[in-house]
Amino acid sequence: MLRERILNFVFAFGLLAVPLIAYVSDAPFVITLATKVAILALAGVGLNIALGLGGLISLGHAAFFGIGGYAMGILASHAQSYTLLTTWPFEIAGTKSMLIIWVVALASSGLAALIIGALSLRTSGAYFIMITLAFGQMLFFFAISWPAYGGEDGLPIYLRNGFPGLNTLDPIQFFTITYVILGLALFLSSRLSKSRFGLALQATRQNPERVEAVGMRPFNIRLTAFLISGMITGLAGALFADLNRFVSPSMFSWQTSGEIMVFVILGGVGRLYGPVAGAALFILLEHWLGGINDYWQFLLGLILLGVVLFARGGLIGTLVGREVAHD
Amino acid sequence: MTLIIEQLLNGLQLGVMLFLMAAGLTLVFGVMGLINLAHGSLYMVGAFACAAVATATGSFWLGVIASLAAAAAAGAIVELVVIRRLYSRDHLDQVLATFALILVFSEGTRWLFGSFPLFLDVPAAFSGPVTLPGGIEYSRYRLAIIAAGLLIAVGLYALITKTRLGIRIRAGESDREMIAALGVDISKLYTIVFALGAALAGFAGALVGAIQSVQVGMGEPVLILAFVVVVIGGIGSVKGAFVGALLVGMTDTLGRFLLPVFFGTFMDPSSATSVGSALASMSIYILMALVLVAKPSGLYGDAI
Amino acid sequence: MGLLKTFTAAATVLAIAGMASAEPVKVGMITTLSGGGAGLGIDVRDGFMLAVAQSGNSDIEVVIEDDQRKPEVAVQLADEMIQSEKVDVLTGIIWSNLAMAVVPAATAQNVFYLSPNAGPSALAGQGCHKNYFNVAWQNDNLHEAAGAYANSANYANSFIMAPNYPAGQDALTGYKRFYEGGLAGEVYTQLGQKDYASEIAQIRASGADSVYFFLPGGMGIAFMKQYAQSGVDIPLLGPAFSFDQGILQAVGEAALGVRNTSQWNKDLDNPANAAFVENFQAEYGRLPSLYASQGFDTANLLLSAMAAADVSDADAFRAALEAANFDSVRGDFAFGPNHHPIQNIYVREVIKEGDVFTNQIIATGLTNHSDAYAADCKM
Repeated sequence: MLRERILNFVFAFGLLAVPLIAYVSDAPFVITLATKVAILALAGVGLNIALGLGGLISLGHAAFFGIGGYAMGILASHAQSYTLLTTWPFEIAGTKSMLIIWVVALASSGLAALIIGALSLRTSGAYFIMITLAFGQMLFFFAISWPAYGGEDGLPIYLRNGFPGLNTLDPIQFFTITYVILGLALFLSSRLSKSRFGLALQATRQNPERVEAVGMRPFNIRLTAFLISGMITGLAGALFADLNRFVSPSMFSWQTSGEIMVFVILGGVGRLYGPVAGAALFILLEHWLGGINDYWQFLLGLILLGVVLFARGGLIGTLVGREVAHD
Repeated sequence: MTLIIEQLLNGLQLGVMLFLMAAGLTLVFGVMGLINLAHGSLYMVGAFACAAVATATGSFWLGVIASLAAAAAAGAIVELVVIRRLYSRDHLDQVLATFALILVFSEGTRWLFGSFPLFLDVPAAFSGPVTLPGGIEYSRYRLAIIAAGLLIAVGLYALITKTRLGIRIRAGESDREMIAALGVDISKLYTIVFALGAALAGFAGALVGAIQSVQVGMGEPVLILAFVVVVIGGIGSVKGAFVGALLVGMTDTLGRFLLPVFFGTFMDPSSATSVGSALASMSIYILMALVLVAKPSGLYGDAI
Repeated sequence: MGLLKTFTAAATVLAIAGMASAEPVKVGMITTLSGGGAGLGIDVRDGFMLAVAQSGNSDIEVVIEDDQRKPEVAVQLADEMIQSEKVDVLTGIIWSNLAMAVVPAATAQNVFYLSPNAGPSALAGQGCHKNYFNVAWQNDNLHEAAGAYANSANYANSFIMAPNYPAGQDALTGYKRFYEGGLAGEVYTQLGQKDYASEIAQIRASGADSVYFFLPGGMGIAFMKQYAQSGVDIPLLGPAFSFDQGILQAVGEAALGVRNTSQWNKDLDNPANAAFVENFQAEYGRLPSLYASQGFDTANLLLSAMAAADVSDADAFRAALEAANFDSVRGDFAFGPNHHPIQNIYVREVIKEGDVFTNQIIATGLTNHSDAYAADCKM
């Protein structure tokens, strides 16, 4: 475990050092890329709780990512046009405050995770994969065909939302926000895996019958994990929308679900820092391979295939060696 | 009335096409325990092979043969090179590896054939409309698709219940270790089943390609619909896939037609069409959720 | 960032002295080069680069990046080009939703944006900006011309259809703005839908005398092939997007005779166009598309402004762009007060020339047409 801890430190420090160096050497776009890595890693940290700890292979986490994004988009668009969100039963105005938006994003993606989870967790295995995928797709079509918030065109937000005391339009300050949130999520995730709940969750993955035998209901444990997982991914969605100052249905697409899963796998399933390593590697590959040719996704596919077939522990697993974190 | 019958035929046609896709998915899952996201890519391979050969030779039928051959060959190669390493893995690795295969297939196809859609037209013998009893005009080609799909469903049923291969497939579904122990060459069986599923998908791609468009990315929307079919029918059940496919085909077609009309009775036309279309696009997923509430393992699936 | 594919237009060594302005201009082109819809971006790029190469102007540097048709990718590329590459001009975006994501932020940062394709209404009306120029059309234009043509063709009962998304709703609104007859039906389909059996059944039952449809890309291909098979013979009418050079070959016979509206066609009779069609074919070995013509015009507009003013003097450069002092392949071309084109929109018919399906102009739909939003623009 020691080597993994050193690696974790390297990733955490690296993700902080790169944008700082970029800041000093006036390369703002590198900071934007690092911010993207931090946000996507956050989405991966969310998925990793369901996937790594709970063994719940959700191919529909784009649903929560998108809901978080739209929570931001809808609130900010009403604030920017000075219109009310609802007039009944009471008046709700839009907002440009990140803090309120985060709360709304957490709450709405949590609600969606409860509903989708309650239905999907009635099943398991391959059913669960296909059903989560289908629910994600359902929201995708809904977002496209619901005209009120831009439909397939999406919603542009002209100015990034505000955070007390900070100028969020400054790349390095916005990066700091995302980095701190990522750190908090990693802390939460690490505490969770060692807590009573986390141990019970891992037990439901390995041996649900035994969990039931000691009087706990695996369904409730899984649903709680799915809820937490969905909320964290939803928060990442709100930040991602703020990074781009734009939301669109593509946040709901099944490719997004696939990509979030790819971050987790590239880094190493069940590893605390797996999503961080995976997201960083993904963005690097995207830029490096994208620079080589137009068909970079072909090469990405081959690399991914190689990782799944021959480097099962992902990046961290390979670097750490044969210490296996998940069974 | 004729409109309703025409819409029912349309639902049936969509249903049998979805069945061709879902049958392969559900067979591969039932026999090998593999979840294959790249099934849609095989559909695309079939369509591209058909379009390329039909354009080169001028014969749609040669194109169809090519689509079967190309999809089966692509399926067999993928099985030999990649998929067979995944049988012993968990679903997560399978999802990831087949997701990677989608990227490889899609971009590889774009590399070979370019970004513009390919041309593939309906064969002259099936072109144009035909008048059905009762004076209903309907596309001859769509009618042929329905017939072909139903024939294949019957053929598949016969294959599984009546032939030696079918016995092995069923045995493989119920107890994998046992049939290996009985001396069946299990890895050959797996390759054959995978290639069979691929050929069905490729065939569907070729048939549908002639009336839709042959382009990169055409497979994934169909794949997701096929997943819904498989979930509704019960994973591993070919019969379930058939029933599920018809249900989804009918729900989708009738939903798109009837929902806007329904909302039109109490809303102004443009918001009715827009709300109706929005709901129609979600109708099959709602159907899936309802089935799951009633039967979590699908209509014909084994209890979990 | 050494990762960008940089195309420097220094191909022609013999830069003609005096044509080059004193100051180099750096252009960022964000367009769709991979995935679905890549054909459109490739044509815009090729048209643009043809004009740059022909000008022999070595003071223009074009940085080209692929947005994969994803808004978030486009936004990041725009950030990268503005922040790191320090481009003066952005261009290239194909899709309205990507334009909405990129353009407002770019123009607010004092970068010029020249749109070679997308023209969302939000950027033509209240959201117009002095640094935003649309060289193609406002999104409604081609649909409006189709509505006007439907009147002159004496259609009185149209069935109209588009995907259920903003551009689709705008399309039908645009058609209805000029069309004076009644509606036999108004249907919104699912975006990306490939099977139109249900809609065709409704068309058959509707008793319409014409069908107007806006189904870009693969959707239109699928619809036309299925329509031809259905035996319904009500005349079709559409905007150019479903009848363009890249797509027509995939539709085949099913498109023959269909009328469609476009601001450009390869048979438009003017010297700039004749040269463009010939040179494009010589350079790339295929017929130019509508999108290629728009890319070509965009580059020529930019080059004309470079010849007249320095880009560092934003006001002078803007005035030079407004003058639109270049030979458009469309013939007459001018900007309205909201920096959108005032131009003729023609009606074309799909024909077969040898083995190749293409279009010929049969009528003019609207003459010197502007757009419905110009009055809302306070620049």
